[in-house]
Amino acid sequence: MKKVLLLTVFALVTAVTYAGGYRISLQGNKAMAMGHTGVAVVNSSELVFFNPAGLVYLENRLNVSVGAHGVFADIAYQNEATGENAMTESLIGTPFYAYVSYQATDWLALALGVYTPYGSGVSYEDDWAGSHLVNNIDLQAIFIQPTVSIKLSEYFSIGGGPIYAIGSVNFNRNLNRTLTDVNGERAEVTLDETGVTKWGWTASAMFNPTDKLRIGATYRSKIILEVEEGEATFDNIPNSDLTPFQDTTFAARLPLPAEMTVGLSYEVTDKLLFAFDFNRAFWNEYESLNIDFANEDIPDSVNARNYENASTYRFGLQYAATETFTLRAGYYFDESPVQAGRFAPETPRNDSDGYSAGLTFNVGSRFEIDASFLYLHFDEVDASYDAYFENGNAVPFEGTYKSSAFIPGLGVTYKL
Amino acid sequence: MKNTIKFMIGLAAVGLVSCEPEFDTPVDEGFYDNGDADFSTYVAVGNSLTAGYADSALYISGQENSYPNIMATQFTFVGGGEFTQPLMSDNLGGLFLNGTEVAGNRLVLSNDENGNPFPTTLEGVGTTEITTSATGPFNNMGVPGAKSFHLVAPGYGDAGGVLSGTANPYYARFATSSSATVISDAVSLNPTFFSLWIGNNDILSYATSGGSGVDQTGNLDPSTYGSNDITDPNVFAAAYSAQVDALTSGGAKGALVNIPNITSIPYFTTVPARSIPLDAATAGALNAQFGQYNTQVLPGLVQFGVITAEEAASRTINFVEGVNFPIIVDTDLTDVSGVLQGPPLNLPPATAMLLGQLRQANSSDLVVLPASSVLGSTPDPSNPQGVVGVSIPLANQFVLTSVEQERVSVAAQSYNATIQALAAANDLAFVDARSALADVAAGGVAIDGGVLTSTYVTGGAFSLDGVHPTARGYAFTTNAIIEAINKKYNATVPTVAPGSFPSVTLENNVN
Repeated sequence: MKKVLLLTVFALVTAVTYAGGYRISLQGNKAMAMGHTGVAVVNSSELVFFNPAGLVYLENRLNVSVGAHGVFADIAYQNEATGENAMTESLIGTPFYAYVSYQATDWLALALGVYTPYGSGVSYEDDWAGSHLVNNIDLQAIFIQPTVSIKLSEYFSIGGGPIYAIGSVNFNRNLNRTLTDVNGERAEVTLDETGVTKWGWTASAMFNPTDKLRIGATYRSKIILEVEEGEATFDNIPNSDLTPFQDTTFAARLPLPAEMTVGLSYEVTDKLLFAFDFNRAFWNEYESLNIDFANEDIPDSVNARNYENASTYRFGLQYAATETFTLRAGYYFDESPVQAGRFAPETPRNDSDGYSAGLTFNVGSRFEIDASFLYLHFDEVDASYDAYFENGNAVPFEGTYKSSAFIPGLGVTYKL
Repeated sequence: MKNTIKFMIGLAAVGLVSCEPEFDTPVDEGFYDNGDADFSTYVAVGNSLTAGYADSALYISGQENSYPNIMATQFTFVGGGEFTQPLMSDNLGGLFLNGTEVAGNRLVLSNDENGNPFPTTLEGVGTTEITTSATGPFNNMGVPGAKSFHLVAPGYGDAGGVLSGTANPYYARFATSSSATVISDAVSLNPTFFSLWIGNNDILSYATSGGSGVDQTGNLDPSTYGSNDITDPNVFAAAYSAQVDALTSGGAKGALVNIPNITSIPYFTTVPARSIPLDAATAGALNAQFGQYNTQVLPGLVQFGVITAEEAASRTINFVEGVNFPIIVDTDLTDVSGVLQGPPLNLPPATAMLLGQLRQANSSDLVVLPASSVLGSTPDPSNPQGVVGVSIPLANQFVLTSVEQERVSVAAQSYNATIQALAAANDLAFVDARSALADVAAGGVAIDGGVLTSTYVTGGAFSLDGVHPTARGYAFTTNAIIEAINKKYNATVPTVAPGSFPSVTLENNVN
């Protein structure tokens, strides 16, 4: 059963997920409905991601949560000086999650989680104004996390586990703004690699000072995906010894940054729960995207990123309205790791506001249907990427960006 | 459950529409102002520059980067409509009339096995056939090779006249009839806005042929002109005035573009006037050979009043150790070949012909680009002493002398005065392309990503023929035209980033 399930969800990851930073905070429909809070919320096996320590406090012996989100995101670009404008293709990405936890003894729960916390998918029209920076990118990372949760007392528990990350990347851009073949077709490079793997880990704790208040903390380590022999394919290269480009392999490092979360939940009434999460993502790991081509004649591609650590503030409410329905709502403010002058169109992310809502429909006592939706609002922003050079001259890529995302999600919870 | 899924799918569909980000002021919705002009039907009239000709040929990717096509793209932000061009059938450029090639393929930048670049003609058989390839009229009415008076000449698009030289092979592709004129076809599109850039060829072919033609100033009948002649300024003015009248007859507004200084283009500035390296021994031997000519023949000619002392001085040959000026034929010198064969000198005819209009080049001469493959060559393999520029004079067609430059300059000034006056009289935008391109020639112009200069191959502005701009050069020109239009008509048509347009194309022929 699990095998079949895994195959199905893997197939779901067809193309792309929403690009922002490239951290995708969509790790559970119940949590998402509450502004993606959950480090101190004990209501399902979504805790495998949010706070493994909390799993031992679940009421049932077996808890399963499976779901996915449909990401509808667009980025609009325009340059008022030239009139150049672009709109990314409205891509449908499907980040998913599957968590199973099993209460082995009174003090020990074992669990397994599969989820997709990082990914990016942006597809501009080929040869658009910023095509020398990106035509399209598809980045995916699947995390597989065996988990233990240990109750030290009614008040305190710890949890964690190793993470096995599987990544893939496909990236296409034009080589520069002007090189073409003899027919005027723009020269481009495609970088492709799948099945990059790396281990990481997560550790967490939960503290329940009263029967209404929970406090949680979770740390997830950084994982640096290292591509060693990816495929670099060059197209529309003129037949000339004056250009060095030909198909080769490439090496690159892509950091999936560490993230620290602390937060709390408080039962305001029997029916109403308030939750707050604070995330700190350690993006300063991402200084530069360097593509090292194996063919030494081909100049390496150095793309400054200079991301900085960024915080997210999340607020959520859960209201058990009836026996059948539980309603949720949330808000978060997401600070962008992208700095001025480093606004690259492959992840054109400025600060955003997320508004979420959702509900759970109880079908009998064991089976729940979880739905959520998220609207992500970005302010219009004038920005530039200043670290692109031609023959030693900086050629900033400037313009106005406006992004938005609408993300419905659907999942099921099974309890035994 | 089923209903829930339906509900979610419905929500998703709504989301697709509602989440599309909208700018406060989208550039494609009335952000720019057309001012007092109506750009809905734009027609461009001119010569090769208007057609998008580059690298000695007309080919598709060049046409797509023609300045009228770039302008039309920018006009779409201010109400501009469809803009059609007589696109060639390929990116080779070769043009055929009933299977006979009448224009060759484009130049590309190739390289030898040591990586040294050189321009060469792209191999391949062109597929553009004059009799079948295009049906006009087109919004881009640029006709490569056209002079001012050609645009109003009936029959200029008659395919039957191409081989005899009375018609133009490019216009013959898309003329609406064999008797149509370029200007009548342009007017038939009922332009609301036009650009006119014509007159370059009225001096250019004279200059590129090293002054091989005739300065026809004073001759008002262009049907008697040869292809390398300079057009009489009054003929130019009459033709130009008729074109402006025709193009404005329907109330269209437009831009008139003046004629750049053609002697600053790479075709004239790449090959240095001083190009013959000699060691002391060779220089001495050569001077010995010209000794009698310098010390006896020339003073004798002055003495007999055949030439002035000043001309004699200019004809004196002197080689030195180092890099020397080549010897050249200058048709503006007195032809003394007949005198030299008579008494008292009685020189043999071959020597007399050699010395007839001979002089050494000087720093005011412009040596044309094609001379690079001739200078220093030995045309007769059996005579290693017969070196072009040293013992064989560089032919007239390879050198534009200062006298010839002056003829070009005088005509260009007159044409430009006409263009500026007609722009003022008809209340049209005047584009000073001459000063814009003079800036490129004089040290270059800073653009996004570098400096645009007139340096051959590497400067970015000029294509491999050394005469026509690259796409980047055309984009730079486009901005000059758009700025003039904006100023004249209170419009805000956006300009383009020249650095995002390509320069020369790299390609090695596959052998």
